[in-house]
Amino acid sequence: MGSISEFFQHFLNGLTLGGIYALIALGYTMVYGILKFINFAHGEILMIGAYSGLFLFDYFRGDLPYGPLLMIVFFVAMLISMVISAVLGMSIEKIAYKPLRKATRLAPLLSAIGVSFILSNLAAFFWGTKSRKFDYPFDNTAYKIGDVAITPHQILILVVSFLMMVALKLYIDRTRMGKAMRATSLDQDVAALMGINVNQVISLTFAIGSALAATAGILIALDFKVYPTMGAMAGLKAFVAAVVGGIGNITGAMIGGILLGLLETFGVAVLGIPQGLKDTIAFGVLILILLVKPEGLLGKAEREKV
Amino acid sequence: MSLLYTTQLTRAFGGVIAVSDVDFAVEKHSITGLIGPNGAGKTTLFNNITGMDVPTSGKVFFKDEEITGMPAHSISRLGIARTFQNIRLFKEMSVLENVMIGRHFKTGKSMTSGRLLNAVRSYISMKGEEKAIYDTSREWLEFFNLDKFRNESARNLPYGSQRELEIARAMATEPELLFLDEPAAGMNPQETDRLMATIRRIREQGVTVLLIEHDMKLVMNICEQITVLNYGKKIASGNPLEIRENPLVIEAYLGKEE
Repeated sequence: MGSISEFFQHFLNGLTLGGIYALIALGYTMVYGILKFINFAHGEILMIGAYSGLFLFDYFRGDLPYGPLLMIVFFVAMLISMVISAVLGMSIEKIAYKPLRKATRLAPLLSAIGVSFILSNLAAFFWGTKSRKFDYPFDNTAYKIGDVAITPHQILILVVSFLMMVALKLYIDRTRMGKAMRATSLDQDVAALMGINVNQVISLTFAIGSALAATAGILIALDFKVYPTMGAMAGLKAFVAAVVGGIGNITGAMIGGILLGLLETFGVAVLGIPQGLKDTIAFGVLILILLVKPEGLLGKAEREKV
Repeated sequence: MSLLYTTQLTRAFGGVIAVSDVDFAVEKHSITGLIGPNGAGKTTLFNNITGMDVPTSGKVFFKDEEITGMPAHSISRLGIARTFQNIRLFKEMSVLENVMIGRHFKTGKSMTSGRLLNAVRSYISMKGEEKAIYDTSREWLEFFNLDKFRNESARNLPYGSQRELEIARAMATEPELLFLDEPAAGMNPQETDRLMATIRRIREQGVTVLLIEHDMKLVMNICEQITVLNYGKKIASGNPLEIRENPLVIEAYLGKEE
């Protein structure tokens, strides 16, 4: 490694990437925690969130110059697209997963893959396959702290993802509804007997996960544009992050996401893995984790019931 | 007056009829026993009354209101609570949290209304509703002599205490009717004696108790009314003395005398 400031630069880049992975991974892990199934349409919810953010932002901003007002427009667009994605996520659950709740475990999984294809194809049909640029709502010139460069976009990602993770953690640990979610994930039947409306909890889980995905989608779009298949790779990577952290475990998803971001960045920068093979790092880590600690870093090994 | 009754309750799983045409009643303020050989349909009957399973036909009435097929959380809020044969605690949560959960959702209030502000407030200092829930939960733990364990993880409790905690959690939902599914299973004689005393104390709180139990000493000792199931059918119902002398019951348990 070159120098200490080079290290900090990579660390910062990895942390930003990891923050985004973590936001997406939370959606996978929350749904898994409660329904024991992987929502493979999660990446496409992210994509729809990015599109709605883009359309709303372009519609509202007019000729506004960079400044606080434009930032407000950006955050409003983000907030509305979070709501849109939340509603979408809840609707998908009601239409495509809920009727299959008592079916074999494979059925909702296949249904999810179907939903994911439908969404990305609908997006391609209505909005075209061409990537669309999502303009920065600010001048993205990097600040220099010593030799370390940090862009306003990176600051935005760090602040937004950190705030959302803290808020989510507090919500789950401290509120009545959070307690209902934890109880439901531990034992659905008993939760219902305690007076918890399990369907309401499941809907809320999808809503929160989808809103987080929309946020991540918009944050990604600022750098990588918006296109119908943008959710696929982001979704897969975040899924890996969730598994690495221990699927079903909220803190695990956060740690897994950040870890994966750091590993990817340092893998390219330090180990000299070619940029083109960057994506293999995540899946290499997945295979390694599955071999060594299949339950993930914070997951609990499930004992077979006798 | 019957607090709970079923009319021709039937539950079939494919060709197997687990509960067949059962007319069954629990009198208010009673301790009622539900007995029968293994596989007689006792737990299925519990499940069909508490909303964990939906009957194939027949009806369930609680406080003269039909509750057949209602979701479990609604039935819980109406005032029926239960425990399980294989203890089902929230093992990852603390003892206190297990009991508090029983209190949190007993109101029909939407689970999200005005909660965020409340949460922030309770984060800073416990006040109002949250404090009341905490206090009552502590009282229930005292009732079962479990308060000393309150910060332990539920999984670390000794077996007998786990059974008691499950009852405490059920009581925290403030039921009018409490179902106990084999509460004495796996208990030693001392623990069983304590359990009998506890069940009587629960009834003194104005709660009606219905229990499934194989320990005949316990059943005959504390139940005023007993219903016997065999192969999904009700074969007898009456007070302990009547049940003890009922030839059908003796046959079900011991086989027919030649």
